[in-house]
Amino acid sequence: MIYETVIGLEVHLQLNTKTKAFCGCSTDFGKPPNSNVCPVCLGFPGSLPVYNRQALNSAIKLALAFNCRIQEHTKFDRKNYFYPDLPKNYQISQYDLPLSRNGYLDIFTNGSPKRIGITRIHLEEDAGKLIHEDAVSLVDFNRTGIPLMEIVSEPDLSHPQEAFDYLTNLKNIIEYLDISDCDMEKGSLRCDANISLRPAGVKELGVKTELKNMNSFKGVKDALTFEVERQTKILEAKETMVQETRLWDVEQGITVTMRTKEGAKDYRYFPDPDLTVFVIGKELIEPVKATLPELPYDKMQRLMKTYALTEYDAKILVASKKDAEFAEVCMQEYPGKDKKEIANWLIGPLMAEANLRKEQLHTLKLDRKELINLIGFVQRQEISHLSAKTVLTQMLDTGKSAQALIKEGNLEQISNTDALAQVIETVINENAKSVGDFKAGKVNALMYLVGQVMKKSSGKANPKVVGDLIKQRLS
Amino acid sequence: MAIDKETIKHVAHLARIDLQPNELDKLSANLQDILGFIDKLSSLDVEKVSPTSHILPISNVLREDEPRTSLTPEKALENAPSKKGSFFSVPKVIE
Ligand SMILES: [Zn+2]
Repeated sequence: MIYETVIGLEVHLQLNTKTKAFCGCSTDFGKPPNSNVCPVCLGFPGSLPVYNRQALNSAIKLALAFNCRIQEHTKFDRKNYFYPDLPKNYQISQYDLPLSRNGYLDIFTNGSPKRIGITRIHLEEDAGKLIHEDAVSLVDFNRTGIPLMEIVSEPDLSHPQEAFDYLTNLKNIIEYLDISDCDMEKGSLRCDANISLRPAGVKELGVKTELKNMNSFKGVKDALTFEVERQTKILEAKETMVQETRLWDVEQGITVTMRTKEGAKDYRYFPDPDLTVFVIGKELIEPVKATLPELPYDKMQRLMKTYALTEYDAKILVASKKDAEFAEVCMQEYPGKDKKEIANWLIGPLMAEANLRKEQLHTLKLDRKELINLIGFVQRQEISHLSAKTVLTQMLDTGKSAQALIKEGNLEQISNTDALAQVIETVINENAKSVGDFKAGKVNALMYLVGQVMKKSSGKANPKVVGDLIKQRLS
Repeated sequence: MAIDKETIKHVAHLARIDLQPNELDKLSANLQDILGFIDKLSSLDVEKVSPTSHILPISNVLREDEPRTSLTPEKALENAPSKKGSFFSVPKVIE
């Protein structure tokens, strides 16, 4: 039987505000344990939480970027449970009146666009960090109360790769919005997944598994891939699927069932009386809307249209907002009509240099004008493409100008007919056999002769001019 | 709504309260009374009243994103029943 995979993702995102959600404690990462804490985030009796304006603005920004309907009335609720990383014994979250619902995200997957529904985006707060020792667990509350957003997708994803692409697109947008570090290793972005299988064509959803403990996008994809196989085997063997939570074991590359205490979770949500309700009107939304940057999808379409780039090229450039901005300035400043000429340099050699140096395009120490100068030398056939790549590396290493480096390296390409004629003459005399082959119509022989001239000129001869000259000479 | 012993046990567990068997009967009756009292509210006509989630007529109370001085780890841990270095220490939990 053919099965259809149904995946929904829940993403938790730490906002990059300076202070926590409900108190003025710093959100700085890596501070000594329990140094970013106060009576509010430690849940001391009598303390009162007040929500962070910047967090609300970031949340509205996120909701708008994900095309969500922002609810006019929203409130905070208490989610009650006991766990040592939760000092108040409840997490401030949102239950029946979340900030926003019914959005969508257009992603690129498998070479084509797909629209993924967003069920809801709501506000909550982070819990503390536990370190387990042999006999005790140690608690650090520095992370407690950092503002979180929960982004719940519809079960619209139908392949592990699609889930991966969704996450990549989501991260890309959030980076454009500049509201979170999006660093899975630091825990500022976390993802849980729901996955079920059903016979193709059946409408009813199958029994789902909730997957946790993935700490990279690849981990999410791998865990889902494993789960597709595991569930397929169960269904094919006509065994019963159990609804459960499973943990991804990255070492072994498998999911394992998470032992849970008996009884369904009973969080007893109720409105938090310590916090007021929120009325989200135009006066809150409009100023945020005005600060929304051009988002990756729109930027990509515009770059393709304005600079005649291919989808492939534009997609590479918009993967980083600052790189895309850098590239656009380069293309604007480039005097040539065909902007693809400079785009090729940006996406090709320059991107390679950036990767090699563990940098990004925009962080490379490179004067845009010098890059344009360098491309000019190639366009005017004054240096070969190969030499230009060497010069580019040297420019990044030394900070010297293209012109100075070409001179230093004696790299000017020889296109001068007279200067080349003599070398060609020598090569023809020394390679009688190849000359004969060429005259007999063997194309490879010409390439060999050109190669010999290149060799004698230390790579500086213009191969096209050389080829033409040899043909002329031997015709 | 009938409050049986099982419900009381469940609620007690959620609140992490240990109840003695004799307390179960007493609390069942108490809670039954309390809920019965609250039930009276449903006789009111609230057709034209919008739901209230906060008793004060205020909304949108926000704070600027400006850091304030936090407690020192020493101060934060002052009343901790158990600590290790500048961590709170609790019986080992693994879910
Ligand atoms: Zn605090």
